[in-house]
Amino acid sequence: MSEPLLEVEGLVMHFPVKRGLLVDREVGRVRAVDDVSLTIGRGETLGLVGESGCGKSTLCRTVLQLLKPTSGSVRFEGREIAGLSRRQMRPLRREMQMIFQEPYASLNPRKRVGQIVGDPLRLQGAGSGAELRRRVGELLERVGLSPEHYERYPHEFSGGQQQRIGIARALAPSPKLIVADEPVSKLDVSIRAQIVNLLDDLQDEMGLTYLFVAHDIGVVRHVSDRIAVMHEGRIVEQGPADRVCEHPADPYTESLLAAVPVPDPRQARARRAGGRRPGS
Amino acid sequence: MLAAPLWASHVAHTGPDTTHTTEKITVDGERREVVSPDGASIGPVWFGADGRFFLGADGRLGRDEMVRLMYGGRTSLLIGVAAALITTFLAVVLGLLAGYHRGWTDSVISRAMDIVWAFPVLLLGIALGTALAVGGLQIGPLSISSGSIWIPILIIGFVYTPYMARPLRGEVLALREKEFVEAAVAQGAGPLRVMFGELLPNLWSRIIVLFTLSIANNMLLESALSFLGAGVQPPASSWGAMISTGTELIYSAPLLTIIPGTMIVLTVLSLNVFGDGLRDAIDPRSRVRLEAHAGTFEPEREGA
Repeated sequence: MSEPLLEVEGLVMHFPVKRGLLVDREVGRVRAVDDVSLTIGRGETLGLVGESGCGKSTLCRTVLQLLKPTSGSVRFEGREIAGLSRRQMRPLRREMQMIFQEPYASLNPRKRVGQIVGDPLRLQGAGSGAELRRRVGELLERVGLSPEHYERYPHEFSGGQQQRIGIARALAPSPKLIVADEPVSKLDVSIRAQIVNLLDDLQDEMGLTYLFVAHDIGVVRHVSDRIAVMHEGRIVEQGPADRVCEHPADPYTESLLAAVPVPDPRQARARRAGGRRPGS
Repeated sequence: MLAAPLWASHVAHTGPDTTHTTEKITVDGERREVVSPDGASIGPVWFGADGRFFLGADGRLGRDEMVRLMYGGRTSLLIGVAAALITTFLAVVLGLLAGYHRGWTDSVISRAMDIVWAFPVLLLGIALGTALAVGGLQIGPLSISSGSIWIPILIIGFVYTPYMARPLRGEVLALREKEFVEAAVAQGAGPLRVMFGELLPNLWSRIIVLFTLSIANNMLLESALSFLGAGVQPPASSWGAMISTGTELIYSAPLLTIIPGTMIVLTVLSLNVFGDGLRDAIDPRSRVRLEAHAGTFEPEREGA
């Protein structure tokens, strides 16, 4: 692994809390992301775990410049993208895509699936009508849907299928980096594995790089090469997935691991007694 | 029947402004004067005179009431629709800009809307109507003569804009926080594409309902303005103007007031029901509901 695909250094995102009668004065700040540094190599999956509200989603949006960071640097393929204007970002958008937490909310309810998946292609100015349609059909097939779904509306699909549409849309411009913001947390447990495996297969096929966010360290461990643990806007621990899970260095990581449900009651009891995770 | 004014010129035997003061017509074989020497005009003759003077004549001038009703309906509908188009266009653009950009763009637009809103619609309409009816309107190369029908159209379209822009802005404010907007930005969509490609499709059903309701409201305002003399200028007829002339003879010929009034009520009512039905038809989610009810008929809905 030569040059990393994404380097985040000292990234800070503060939201001012304003209050005032006529002129808003800043009375405080929410430190959603506080001095975060990460690197992701090409073809690697970095898992980001942390409890709800610890700043994971804000970090994702800041990395993709959907929110302007307060300070810090984000380098994509060695190029600084923090502070680029919306217009300057546009050509880079095809390289980095996002998968959202809420499958339904992230799909425009008034557009047909074909339009939703085809829009990123159209934005890149790719292809004519028939060519575009063929490409969209391919993408739908690749994520396990059928090209016949082209004319349907998002609400006609189940949650898992909607997430597949979201994935197809993210794949459309052939990106290098995909930021997946809790892609499975709103799905049924039975569907989760399918979506996670789909993401895994796509990574192998297309050489994708993932920033995979979840609050469930069990899911993250399954997909990630390396794991970063986030707590109150800071990264408290970062390292290879197995090392972090087997020998957590930070007490917060330990408590996250302890929260993973264990199906076997005997193991669960043993874990509580020993305070350590039994062989998994 | 309500659409009859659209082809008024094909069914009418005479012009709307033609007077027939000295004419005589044959009603059921009997010769009668349209306007008798003492000034009273003929009442409804229904089919007695081969369709001429169906509803009688409109007073001293002896104009065919039915023909005036048709042409008046034409004016009223034209004003209603044209003003609604102006309102909708302005409201959609302003609502999207204010709702999407927020900040000072929103402040400027919203405050300007508030100023228009602060005046009672009728008062503002009368003030603008009388002012422009006297002097006409001149904006750069564009000049509209004082009797033109475009004056009430522009006035009505303008005064109702805040009433439509406000709800649309609110809707945009709510929609823009949805994740699909963020998704579009993440795809590289610019502000215009987000506004017109992502947000506008979600507003259509709302816009259509507001649009049809606004036609109805516009027709009411037009009637009120014409009734007060600040709208359509004589000799042109509109339903409101006809009511206005009818009131002079309300005791001897009440139908001259009642008939155009009824036309307004019926048209407004059908537009409301139509708008309601259209909203149900256009919502993709309701289409599912209709498919689920396949075989049963769509339940009838009450007009608002």
